[in-house]
Amino acid sequence: MRHLYTWGAITIIVLASTTGDVLLSRAMKQVGDVGRVRREAGWIAVVFRVLRNPNFLLGLLAMASAFFSLLFALSWADVSLVAPASASLTFVANAVAAKIFLHERVDHLRWMAALLVAAGVVLLAA
Amino acid sequence: MTFRKYLVLAGVAILASAGDSLLSRGMKQVGAISLHHLSSVILAILNPWVALGILLLLGFFASYMMALSWADLTYVLPATSVGYVLLALIAKFLLHEDVTLTRWLGILLISAGVGFVTRGPALTSPTASDNCMPDAAAPRVQS
Repeated sequence: MRHLYTWGAITIIVLASTTGDVLLSRAMKQVGDVGRVRREAGWIAVVFRVLRNPNFLLGLLAMASAFFSLLFALSWADVSLVAPASASLTFVANAVAAKIFLHERVDHLRWMAALLVAAGVVLLAA
Repeated sequence: MTFRKYLVLAGVAILASAGDSLLSRGMKQVGAISLHHLSSVILAILNPWVALGILLLLGFFASYMMALSWADLTYVLPATSVGYVLLALIAKFLLHEDVTLTRWLGILLISAGVGFVTRGPALTSPTASDNCMPDAAAPRVQS
């Protein structure tokens, strides 16, 4: 039963954090290069622009859900299972989501990078 | 990519792995949370390890947002996965844990992935400034 809970929580972590990453990435592209905005308008303007962005707030909500699912999962299973399993699945899910929703050019270099890192993370936990 | 930008990426990697380790240590002290008392997860933040972990993760979040403002998601994620390698090296040389052959192989794969992605461009997605600025054709000053 604990096994089922753990993998259920891992699935929620992967879905929620991928949604969060995509929304946050979109928000920060809308805000613009933080270094440039800071030089032109100052730190306070940067913070206001980020906090007023609806994609940022939704992304934060998704990340918070992922975070609490992580806390649950960590209380049910070892970190050496939960962290690599959710991280490596999130790398692959993010590559797919970034291509579809953010129109990033995910070329063979980036696919290789995502898959190598995902496989490496699994081996670290083995 | 400037030195400062690589520093931000390093901050993302280091703060994330340090924050996660602290959370893990804290949640082991808190113990398993029962499905009937889901609200007790809120009390977990009273544990000092969990609190410190959350503090570091806030720092991670700030640097992560900074990185996403000038680089693709599919660049930032693999590039900051050096954190896993750092964690394994800390385990080996500071905590004197045994790092097995499989783990070294994992480190090798992650490093290769980081190498692959950092060889390409950091930004390929259209940004808001490209869409909104009427003078998008004007050369932009690269920091």
